Amino acid sequence: MIPTAVIGIGQTRHAAKRDDVSMPGLVREAALRALADAGLEFKDIDAVVMGKAPDMFEGVPNPELFLADALGAAGKPMFRVHTAGSVGGSTAVVAAHLVSSGIHKRVLCVAWEKQSESNAMWALSQTYPFQPPVTAGAGGYFAPVIRAYMSRTAAPEHVGWKVAVKDRLNALKNPYAHLQLPDISLETVKASPLLWDPIRYLETCPSSDGACAMVLSSDTAGVKNPAWVLGTSMRTEPLLFAGRDEVTPMAGQLASKDVCAEAGITPAQIDCAELYVPFSWYEPMWLENLGLAESGWRAVDRGDTEMTGKLPINASGGVLSSNPIGASGMLRFAEAALQVRGAAGAHQLDRARIAMGHAYGGGSQFFSTWLVGAEKP
Amino acid sequence: MRSISIAGIAQLPSKLAEHHMDAAELVQAVTALALADAGIERKQIGFVCSGSSDYIMGQPFSFVMALDGVGAWPPIRESHVEMDGAWALYEAWVRLQHGDIDTALVYSFGKSSVGNVDDALGMQLDPYYVAPLGVSPMALAALQARALLDARFANERDFAQAVMRARLAGARNPNIPTPTATTVDALLAAPWVASPLRAHDAAVRTDGAAAIVLRAGGPGPKITGFAHRIEPHALGVRDLTTSPSARRAADDAGASRIDVAEIHTPYASQETILRNALGLNDRMLVNPSGGTLVAETPMVAGLLRVVEATRAIRDGAHRALAHATSGPCLQHNLVCVLEST
Repeated sequence: MIPTAVIGIGQTRHAAKRDDVSMPGLVREAALRALADAGLEFKDIDAVVMGKAPDMFEGVPNPELFLADALGAAGKPMFRVHTAGSVGGSTAVVAAHLVSSGIHKRVLCVAWEKQSESNAMWALSQTYPFQPPVTAGAGGYFAPVIRAYMSRTAAPEHVGWKVAVKDRLNALKNPYAHLQLPDISLETVKASPLLWDPIRYLETCPSSDGACAMVLSSDTAGVKNPAWVLGTSMRTEPLLFAGRDEVTPMAGQLASKDVCAEAGITPAQIDCAELYVPFSWYEPMWLENLGLAESGWRAVDRGDTEMTGKLPINASGGVLSSNPIGASGMLRFAEAALQVRGAAGAHQLDRARIAMGHAYGGGSQFFSTWLVGAEKP
Repeated sequence: MRSISIAGIAQLPSKLAEHHMDAAELVQAVTALALADAGIERKQIGFVCSGSSDYIMGQPFSFVMALDGVGAWPPIRESHVEMDGAWALYEAWVRLQHGDIDTALVYSFGKSSVGNVDDALGMQLDPYYVAPLGVSPMALAALQARALLDARFANERDFAQAVMRARLAGARNPNIPTPTATTVDALLAAPWVASPLRAHDAAVRTDGAAAIVLRAGGPGPKITGFAHRIEPHALGVRDLTTSPSARRAADDAGASRIDVAEIHTPYASQETILRNALGLNDRMLVNPSGGTLVAETPMVAGLLRVVEATRAIRDGAHRALAHATSGPCLQHNLVCVLEST
């Protein structure tokens, strides 16, 4: 296995409507930034891996075909991953394996979503004869799971509000973040409309257009601060069966155990993490699921997950501040890499030697994770 | 590179319409057959990867419920490509190179009968400038066929002969709808649908599923080369009479000394292009299964070519080539080379 590192990172400015660019323009914006960061051009890339959530979100099946030109992929291998909401992470994992296997030296991975070009809620609401609907109208699906967590752990209601405020304040330090809400406070979150009990408007993610790209390579000559891939995992469990614990899915637990085992570390050695938190309560829930805290809500309540806390979570502002669905997972992986590279700008953390990137999808059933570190493994 | 073998193969019969099985049922049946063929139990599988398309199945996240057919509990290591299963096989092959996992299960499923495949494939085109024109995949293939005729690389009789060969070979394939017997002259007497292509020049679309079990080392045909390449999407910048991406993929995969080739031809006219690009000649057996002209299940056709190439090796061939394609006018091509052990 060949040591593999992130040597270039790029992302778009995320917004509700990027009507200044087409889909090719959007993915190219992220790709060119990742290449510039790596000091490379399209001609230096051996293969392109693209990920996004369902094709019905934009109305274009198999869009790797029409985006090949914009991503400089013509004449190269181009690959398309789709693992529901975790896809951005999975795309990075596939790219990492193309390098660590020795098949390619430099791989460009790109994940994106342009929700404004279609109607995601329409796409999510299609039903199929004789099958239970996926009922992916996400808030309604996850709200009862959050209630179950609150009831199981006796977590007080303000914990969700705290996460909502923290991530939006972090986003103010991230120029790419979609939501910029300088006036957010516990009071404004509490006063915002209740959408799906207990989720309030300001505790949910936005719908965004955006893209993220990374260059992964085994060749780090001349690269300033590569982020080394220490471990990766993709874990899946079925959507529906009696006895499944959706509050803390086993696939999520294993996704954390896998990467820690591969990296040869314990969760306690992780300095910071970018977790896929589309609704505020998923921060404490994932902290417990991934083995990052004994009690997730107490860790949040103590301020442990703030930028100045002992385990900062989502210094970038997270999914709560930008949610281009297919790209959201890769943004978590990329932001983790930015932290260990010391390249996160105004939201750079003081101590970030080992960082976790995490994404999930479907009904909390698809998980992808990676650990990146400043030291070569 | 680690040596990876095809430990097990399976397909469900390709049918014009499979009304009795949904995606999960197709997946359950075909993966069970592949595991039995490999003599491996589900719980021994280290990685699972699948290929399918929401637009073909008519449902977002169509692969999610299909997972119920895999037995993903306790949680499995798993990934999915929104592509033909041949690319899922590629991802699994890459994953096994990592060294920590020794077995992988790959499957794909598709149903032509639940919608209009041409409508879905037509939407693959550039959504701003081309797709709104409403051009059908057959019309694009006809443009390509016309370019072949203009360059004198083929004539309409060649297309009819490709269909004849497919039907004759397909008549011996128990897993496909029985092809109608015909003659080249009868085929040529049929009217054009999109000149110079006739209705029979397009693949017969089917419902079905295929699965493969991969194992590091061990008996079974070895994968000695595996590669894929894409071309620009804009048809105007491509020479449609050749397939540089198929040629590059074949070169990368070391496709020489081939005895048998199973190639994915959505249209009869494309056989000429692929034979040239892949370096196939008359000494080789091409599409002993009948190929995709007699049965093409979307998202399965490519993976099934690898299944058929494996069968050819089990039947005595030494080296076999499997090919898959995606996109308008053969935009994206994959080649997998197998060798007997």
